[in-house]
Amino acid sequence: MKTMTIGSRHELKEYAARVRADMASLNKRVLVCTGPGCLANGAEKILDAFRSHSVEAVGATRTGCHGFCEVGPLVRIEPDDVVYVHVKPEDVAEIVEQTLRKGNIIGRLVYRDPDTGRAYQKERDIPFYASQTKVALANCGAINPDDIGEYIARDGYQALARAVLDLSPDETIEEMLESGLRGRGGGGFPTGRKWMFARQAKGDQKYVVCNADEGDPGAFMDRCIMEGDPHSVLEGLAIAASAIGADRGYIYVRAEYPLAVARMRNAVKQARECGLLGANILGSEFSFDVIIKEGAGAFVCGEETALLASIEGKRGMPRPRPPFPANEGLFGKPTIINNVETLATVPAIIRRGPAWFRGIGTESSPGTKTFAVTGQVSNTGLIEIPMGATLRDVVFKIGGGVLGGKKFKAAQIGGPSGGCLPEQLLDTPLDYDSLKKAGAMVGSGGLVILDEKTCMVEVARFFMHFTQRESCGKCVPCREGTKRMLDIMEKIVAGRATLEDLDALEQIAWVVKESSLCALGKTAPNPVLTTLKYFRDEYLAHIVDKKCPAGVCSAFKAYVIHSELCKGCGKCRRVCPAGAITGEPKHPPVIDTSKCVKCGACVEACAFGAISLG
Amino acid sequence: MSVQQRVIIDGLSVPIEGERNLLELVRKAGIDLPTFCYHSELSVYGACRMCVVEIDKMGIVASCTIQPQPGMVVRTNTEQLRAIRRTILELLLANHDRDCTTCSKNGACRLQELARRFGVRDVRFGEEDLSLPLDHSTPALVRDPNKCILCGDCVRVCGEVQKIGVLDFSYRGSEAMVGPAFGKNLADVDCVQCGQCASVCPTGAITIHSDIDRVWKAIHDPNIKVVAQVAPAIRVALGEEFGHEPGWAEPGKVVAALRSIGVDMVFDTCFTADLTVVEETAEFLDRLSSGSRERLPQFTSCCPAWVKYVEQYHPEYLPNLSSCKSPQQMFGAVARRFLSSELGIEPESLYVVSVMPCTAKKFEASRTEFAADGRPDVDAVLTTQELARMIRETGVDFDKLPIAPFDLPLGVSTGAGMIFGNSGGVAEAVLRAAAELLAPEKKPGIRGTQLVFEEVRGLEGVKEATVSIAGNEVRMAVVSSLGAAAEVLRKIESGEAVYDIVEVMSCPGGCIGGAGQPSPSHLEVRKERTKALYDVDTMQMLRRSHDNPYVKALYDRYLGDVGGEAAHSALHTSYGTRRRIAGEDIRFSAEEIDGRLDVGVCVGTCCYLHGSYDLLRGLMDRVSQHGLTGKVDLHATFCFENCGHSPNIEIAGNVRSNVTVEEIDKVFQEEILARLVE
Repeated sequence: MKTMTIGSRHELKEYAARVRADMASLNKRVLVCTGPGCLANGAEKILDAFRSHSVEAVGATRTGCHGFCEVGPLVRIEPDDVVYVHVKPEDVAEIVEQTLRKGNIIGRLVYRDPDTGRAYQKERDIPFYASQTKVALANCGAINPDDIGEYIARDGYQALARAVLDLSPDETIEEMLESGLRGRGGGGFPTGRKWMFARQAKGDQKYVVCNADEGDPGAFMDRCIMEGDPHSVLEGLAIAASAIGADRGYIYVRAEYPLAVARMRNAVKQARECGLLGANILGSEFSFDVIIKEGAGAFVCGEETALLASIEGKRGMPRPRPPFPANEGLFGKPTIINNVETLATVPAIIRRGPAWFRGIGTESSPGTKTFAVTGQVSNTGLIEIPMGATLRDVVFKIGGGVLGGKKFKAAQIGGPSGGCLPEQLLDTPLDYDSLKKAGAMVGSGGLVILDEKTCMVEVARFFMHFTQRESCGKCVPCREGTKRMLDIMEKIVAGRATLEDLDALEQIAWVVKESSLCALGKTAPNPVLTTLKYFRDEYLAHIVDKKCPAGVCSAFKAYVIHSELCKGCGKCRRVCPAGAITGEPKHPPVIDTSKCVKCGACVEACAFGAISLG
Repeated sequence: MSVQQRVIIDGLSVPIEGERNLLELVRKAGIDLPTFCYHSELSVYGACRMCVVEIDKMGIVASCTIQPQPGMVVRTNTEQLRAIRRTILELLLANHDRDCTTCSKNGACRLQELARRFGVRDVRFGEEDLSLPLDHSTPALVRDPNKCILCGDCVRVCGEVQKIGVLDFSYRGSEAMVGPAFGKNLADVDCVQCGQCASVCPTGAITIHSDIDRVWKAIHDPNIKVVAQVAPAIRVALGEEFGHEPGWAEPGKVVAALRSIGVDMVFDTCFTADLTVVEETAEFLDRLSSGSRERLPQFTSCCPAWVKYVEQYHPEYLPNLSSCKSPQQMFGAVARRFLSSELGIEPESLYVVSVMPCTAKKFEASRTEFAADGRPDVDAVLTTQELARMIRETGVDFDKLPIAPFDLPLGVSTGAGMIFGNSGGVAEAVLRAAAELLAPEKKPGIRGTQLVFEEVRGLEGVKEATVSIAGNEVRMAVVSSLGAAAEVLRKIESGEAVYDIVEVMSCPGGCIGGAGQPSPSHLEVRKERTKALYDVDTMQMLRRSHDNPYVKALYDRYLGDVGGEAAHSALHTSYGTRRRIAGEDIRFSAEEIDGRLDVGVCVGTCCYLHGSYDLLRGLMDRVSQHGLTGKVDLHATFCFENCGHSPNIEIAGNVRSNVTVEEIDKVFQEEILARLVE
């Protein structure tokens, strides 16, 4: 590892220049995506294969997530910006020979739009990337996350240099206030104001904490930032510390993210070796060091006071606010807690100025936001878009529409604390205030696309189940209320609910929302409330008509035998494990629905398509 | 007059006068906002959400967590707030064992009271799904998790006041529960059975183990003579159970009530408190004059929760504990040994009942040190609450009972014995005695030595005083609550403080704040009880234990010299180390293979604090690196009772102590690999 001590701005610049020169000496760089999706599909083997071929003046390196997980494993070749998709280790020899040695493009490995059939050689032209704006993810996929040099070569730690050498803490905070950056972890509280409160708070010791306890099902933005660009988080944290006067920082990351933990640890180690963490950073008065604290993965530990309790070695349970952590936080000292994406955005703001940042996004929600797009959408992956882009843009422009040409039904945004937005809200701008108005929330940025075959009641039940299990059990409305809400949701999908149950559901939902202690409880009813608001007819279908319109809930399924198609072969009778099918040979048999376990064995067995769900 | 800062509460202008939160202000305004989890002496928890109010521009918030701000406009009774409170009650009841009629907290349950107050008539949600086992493991307390509403009051009183932390939350969501570590029973952990958890529990989740039926059985047995002893703190609290204000004191009523339920003879624990003072003062003066500070400071040993605490946490101070039995156990010893012959009955047919303000006294009575041939000196311990219940069961009108005197000979006591119920009382009683004994010359007629020692009175957790007695400076500390005791011990250990005598009572305020006392038992109530007990003392003709003529007679007839052999055999005892956590070891492999090398690493508190987890992890790594998992049965274990030399490892039955992380390799080579090669 090519590290050295960097004790001044001059040395930082020199170092950056040297790494840039090293990189420029290469003809080509192969960037193999080792984001979670590509890694699972064999990216490490691809990287090994590249390294086994030695080509002069070509470097192969692993990077963090490129974003377009749907078509991974991804390999990008610079400086030509050529992207190969669905790469297999067997393809590497050909890539080396054709592209690296001869400069030819391999047609079968470039991305083709499934709708138009058009081929795209360069990453920036691919529709998935074309309407994205990358700030927090700017380095993600472009650098080797284990090499501080590559980060520094891309202006890394310049912002910290500016903050500790050029700006006073108040000026740093002023720039953050001007930028209008709001917390990306879900709450959307102005980051600069949080810092200002902590700066003004009296205390001999102050702390900064990075909340890396990403817990929403289907969300992996913070994970990808830590895995792909750990130094941006570290730099953001150091800037925050210099602004409020803290000399100690914590990164609270869930132990279920072992790679993110390892990358962050390595980043801290390298930064210490370079002197970018430690005493008198860059020759300034500012001293700072970071401790990485692994969390055990409780969802509630994403709530800031529960997170602090966990760092202190206590059970992760929220406590009432005020006092806010800015005044009484970790170990009772003034503390700010910022999420990973927020901190990764900070260096860019300090480097490029608040006006630049304000130029992106909307008036009340400036900047960009990352989303993890999953579910029934053609292009799943990690994206970053300007705040205020519409849901329609995300689903259709970037996401490539609903998978399999099905009809869009809803987007679940914000995870268990968020809500389901129906088709009529496709033009909702994705920003804090618009989403709140729609009953959802930006949350951390999980975005699950649901198609027409999705039962919205079942979706709400799923999230209720999640929040109920993850409730810390402290306050009564959340602990007991979510349990009863789940009970009712289970009755509804099982076809046992009445309209009185629906009334009770709405009433408890209201109490949980109004009177819970922390944000987890206050937002827990959102999936139910938004589906009730936008898909009430589906609830009524389950309760009154005893039907699941999407055909998902097994309680309402009943198999019927179409006598006009049945040949009376009796195969269904023989395969039925429950003995629910009876009848004479040569005659259409009969299904006893009280015995039927709805396993579907008869449907599979029938050679004539004579059995179906009715 | 300066303009006062005010809050508008339901249209009423209420001045802010240093209230710690809005809830206190609302209550001051005469509105009794309901709460389960708010206790003024514990940290604010904010979990029950019953105290919600609506504040202009803030919306609905829990008032216990809000600082009153001038100009706030607060509403406490709106349709929404009522709906929230009622729903919360309904939700709690839905997950609650609702066998109210047979619950020991019936009539005293906060949940029941609020459900009645809010008119909850229907619980729409599911029957309670899971029935969890009850914990009857201790003689003092019963835990019923099915009644727990998770308000956390017990967790906080144990953690914040006693600083023991036996109880905590485990699991999440609707499975969350409160209990001791590793799902163990109270008897298997370091619970000192002080019962403060039970005294703050709003429901029947932690209650006092009842000995009522055993006592009834003895009372109704014509062949048994039931004698009772009544602790000092009972006489200033029993009245509360029958509608009297805290501080109402009438010892004669207590005696009469006990007679009315069928107790044959009623004696006074204050008598044996006097006896304790005589013995303990002699012991103290002996230690003080020995010239060595080895067994100083002398700690009092009247409080069984404190004694258990020392046994578990500070065995190094066991020699400092006074060897005197507590007044309860002195009474048991005296009754069993001497009273039966005085009364002319067989010792076995004497049934000794204590009436105590305390749950730990039940534990004390069950200790083997206080039994002869398997028969405990004290057969049953009733708390103030249990006595009240027995009186109610008879239907006797407490207020109409004529007062009655204690029986002789064990019913006569001095003021010094009576103040034993207050924090500082034991110390003051000893000081009175010491002042008298050390006085250079006794004035004829009226005795002139000091009687009242204000320095040791009051409800603070720690009171320090240096008292001059006949020219001798006696440095003392008076402590109530184990949290305060821990701090005093820390100071003694570090040398920050030097004392000659330290009185410790585990409950805030001393025995008058014991967990067996009527509920509520908060600071204001405790103040009144304390004052009443000092008033009782003031009214006594005799206020020094040495002046008790029946104590003198007891020495003359049976005990011989103070501190002598006979006195020692009857009135003194000794204590030993006690492990904090008992029960099964934690195994890391499910398979049982015979002949494996047994390696246990203690993960008890002392060993854990000295790095035993690292040792365990290091050994696990080495065992698996060497492929020895099938040959070594490595497990975490609890306490070899060698805490002074922690961390401890046991290999094939041999305990190795003071093992450091650096030594792991050596231990692994020498003790594990070497043995396996054999």
